[in-house]
Amino acid sequence: MSVPGAWYLSVAAVLFTIGAVGLLVRRNVLIMFMCVELMLNAVNLTFITFARMLDDVGGQSIVFFVMVVAAAEVVVGLGIIVAIYRRRVGATADDLHILKG
Amino acid sequence: MLLAAATKPADWTVFVIASVIVLAGGLGVVSARHPVHSALFLVQTLFGVAVLFVEEAAQFLFAVQVIVYAGAIVVLFLFVIMLLGVGRPRERIVDVLKAQRPVALLIGVLGLAEFFGLINASVWATGTKSSAGQLTGPGSNVEKLGRSLFSTYLLAFEVTSALLVIAVVASVVLVRRPHAAADDEAREADAELERAG
Amino acid sequence: MLHATWVIPLLPLVGFGLLVLFGRRLGDPLAGWLATTMAAASFVMSLIVFSGLLGRSADHRVFTQTVWDWIPVGGFKVGVSFLVDPLSMTMCLFVTGVSTLIHLYSIGYMRGDRQFSKFFVYLNLFLFSMLVLVLGGNFLLTFLGWEGVGTCSYLLISFWFERATAASAGKKAFVTNRVGDWGFMIGIFLVFAHFGTTDYTRVLAAPALAHLSQSTATWICLALFLGAVGKSAQIPLFVWLPDAMEGPTPVSALIHAATMVTAGVYLLCRISPLLHLAPDASLVIACIGAATALIAATIACAQDDIKKVLAYSTVSQLGYMFVAVGSTAYIAGVFHMVTHAFFKALLFLGAGAVIHGMHDEQDMKRMGGLRRWMPVTSTTFLVGWLSICAIIPFAGFWSKDDILAGAWEYHGWVGNVLYVVLLVTAGLTAYYMTRQVALVFFGRERWREPEPAVAHAASNETVGDEESTHQPVGHGAGEHAEPHEAPWVMLLPLCALAVLAFAGGIFNLPYQPFNLLDKWLRPVVEAASNPRQFSTTAKIVSAVIASAVALAGIALALPIWERSAVHNELEPTVLRRAWYIDWLYARFVDGPGTALASFSAWVLDKRVIDGSVNGVATLVRGSGAQLRKLQTGYVRNYALGIAAGTVAILGYIVFRAS
Repeated sequence: MSVPGAWYLSVAAVLFTIGAVGLLVRRNVLIMFMCVELMLNAVNLTFITFARMLDDVGGQSIVFFVMVVAAAEVVVGLGIIVAIYRRRVGATADDLHILKG
Repeated sequence: MLLAAATKPADWTVFVIASVIVLAGGLGVVSARHPVHSALFLVQTLFGVAVLFVEEAAQFLFAVQVIVYAGAIVVLFLFVIMLLGVGRPRERIVDVLKAQRPVALLIGVLGLAEFFGLINASVWATGTKSSAGQLTGPGSNVEKLGRSLFSTYLLAFEVTSALLVIAVVASVVLVRRPHAAADDEAREADAELERAG
Repeated sequence: MLHATWVIPLLPLVGFGLLVLFGRRLGDPLAGWLATTMAAASFVMSLIVFSGLLGRSADHRVFTQTVWDWIPVGGFKVGVSFLVDPLSMTMCLFVTGVSTLIHLYSIGYMRGDRQFSKFFVYLNLFLFSMLVLVLGGNFLLTFLGWEGVGTCSYLLISFWFERATAASAGKKAFVTNRVGDWGFMIGIFLVFAHFGTTDYTRVLAAPALAHLSQSTATWICLALFLGAVGKSAQIPLFVWLPDAMEGPTPVSALIHAATMVTAGVYLLCRISPLLHLAPDASLVIACIGAATALIAATIACAQDDIKKVLAYSTVSQLGYMFVAVGSTAYIAGVFHMVTHAFFKALLFLGAGAVIHGMHDEQDMKRMGGLRRWMPVTSTTFLVGWLSICAIIPFAGFWSKDDILAGAWEYHGWVGNVLYVVLLVTAGLTAYYMTRQVALVFFGRERWREPEPAVAHAASNETVGDEESTHQPVGHGAGEHAEPHEAPWVMLLPLCALAVLAFAGGIFNLPYQPFNLLDKWLRPVVEAASNPRQFSTTAKIVSAVIASAVALAGIALALPIWERSAVHNELEPTVLRRAWYIDWLYARFVDGPGTALASFSAWVLDKRVIDGSVNGVATLVRGSGAQLRKLQTGYVRNYALGIAAGTVAILGYIVFRAS
């Protein structure tokens, strides 16, 4: 049979952690966005794994929807980034700190 | 139909290679200097994940992953990077939040440890089997997925199509320039703010 | 007819309302006539209700009428209910009757005053409050009336508030009363705690009282007695009554002689079933009453102001009434209350006529020989004098004798001591009243002489004594202008009261078919009083002893004081200064009292209470300022927070899973 599910879950967990740490550490907005994509992919992998382990097609349907929503999210997110860059060229995540308490 | 009755060693080999590709790509995304390099590493990761999808008998999603994710989303990223000319040496400036990096790494290590602990400590797949429809059995993966999408999850499907339209409209609105002068004023105001705060 | 009870207090209330709205427009004297009419109408209604009550048989003379539900809160129900029984009707009759006469008198006395209509506003309000007090069917309503009369007393004492002494006298009265009111309130709380209701008919009924322990009853009675001590000016809270003479004389007559000060006695008679269960409380009441009677009588012997003598006399006579109540001779106490109302009001109104006729002179040492100039006033005053000295056959004799007899019978040797004290007091009463009569109406016409410096300086030593400024005077104030008789509106009430002071004894002669008041009131105080039967010999002996003492006092005083007004050896300073009690209170309030108030204000209030309230605010602000540092504005920080939280939750799950 195929590789046991726990291995796939481990790979997904590591990928998710890499993406999370990258999100916290990098300041370039676009790279932070890519880290988000990494995390989404890790989640997709987890869902697929469970779909196989539970013999359930629902898991794969969810992944389908995640991909659609991720695509929409990227579109809107990049639009926002473009709008920000138009105001202030070379902005990073740290430059938007006006809302401090 | 790439998968036949797979034998163990072949599966393992494919899994290991694909995993290495995925994780290396992930590390590359996070640590690359130039955003374009990051985007390319992302493509690498996505391909690796797609292979893992195939390994798990999700053939349709493999195709969707390659086409939509690697083919459309990353391309979009690259367009924006090149349009905006991101990646100037600005990021070489020292991190304002000094504690951020070490704490983030610590959290990462802790989280990973917890994940591994959880994965190995308990049995995960304890839910109802095939609650939304069987995956194995006669018929292709596409057919089963399609059947599920167009019957059980029909409403969600329609909603996501609406979502896509909304996203497109939103993006058009967001990048619209009202007129060039307002933009320059806005840039002036922002520059002042930065000088003050 | 009994159902018309609610009209009795309503009429003066309507008068009050009308005078508030239109009094100033009605002016002098129409406002006075309106007020008097309302009082008279109230008296007529009282008569009607009284006759209705008479019509019932002796066992069924209790009628309650609830006008509306005042406080319907869960298990605590208090209604505006009036209780008509022999005791309340007796009070009602003499309160409304004497009030009417005094209202009439005030029309003449207050003529020309700038605030004429305001005076009658307050008088009618007072009458309303007093009637609520007397007719009230539960403790709370009585307390409402109690506070109302206290307020009106304050308003009327400081009626001429531009004068500093009048203003402070009003405050003193109110504050001293408040101490007593505190006791009253504690009493009400205790009553409610034990009985679950404040209704008289339910609290004082035999089944409710059966479960009451003696100590509880004693506490309740003592608390309520404290209220009575404040209102009826007994030791130690009597200091406000002499100062209350700053008010216009009709006020002194009505409130501080006939009605308000009797509220305390009324309250104690009302709770006689409770007192029956608390013999210790009765003992305390009797002893305090006797002490007050004696001490006040001694002070009155050395006062120069015509009204101050009468004020201390009132305190002393109230002491008599409390002795009566304390020695369970309740009916004697009520009888004396009625006769005292008659003769004391008469004496005060007479003093007012004298003051009026003497162009606002109040110092007796400056009067003399007035019986030639004011025949009617002096005749009526003499009637009052004989009545208070308890000379047969005047009203005062019968009532005072009843009290003396009741005291003798009380509790073995204690009763004997009380009797002796009261007898001595009777002698002193005769002495100082005769002194007053001699100084004012007999002797040399000292007002013709220029003011002697020494006598005047000595007379200014009396407590709180000041030349009154009865303002404004209706006629020119000449220094040696001759005294004149009062107008008919003032003389008519004097005559009416004189008749009552003379013949009032017929209400309760100690012989069988004539003891009307005794038979009338007995059902109310049945449970509490001991049936006393005195043999005819005993009655005659006691009458002879009392009369002898009184005559001795008169015989002593009349020749001395008619001859000369200067007898400094008979007026020692300690008596002039009222045993220095006022001075003592002032020292206490000034010293420890002020220190306590100061401590409460500056330390407790400002530092502790304000400090803690402000401290809470400071704490919140401080912690807010600290918490604000979490909001750095950096998105990555927030993301870090989220990640850290997630890791923590995961940690918990791992911990649970393992």
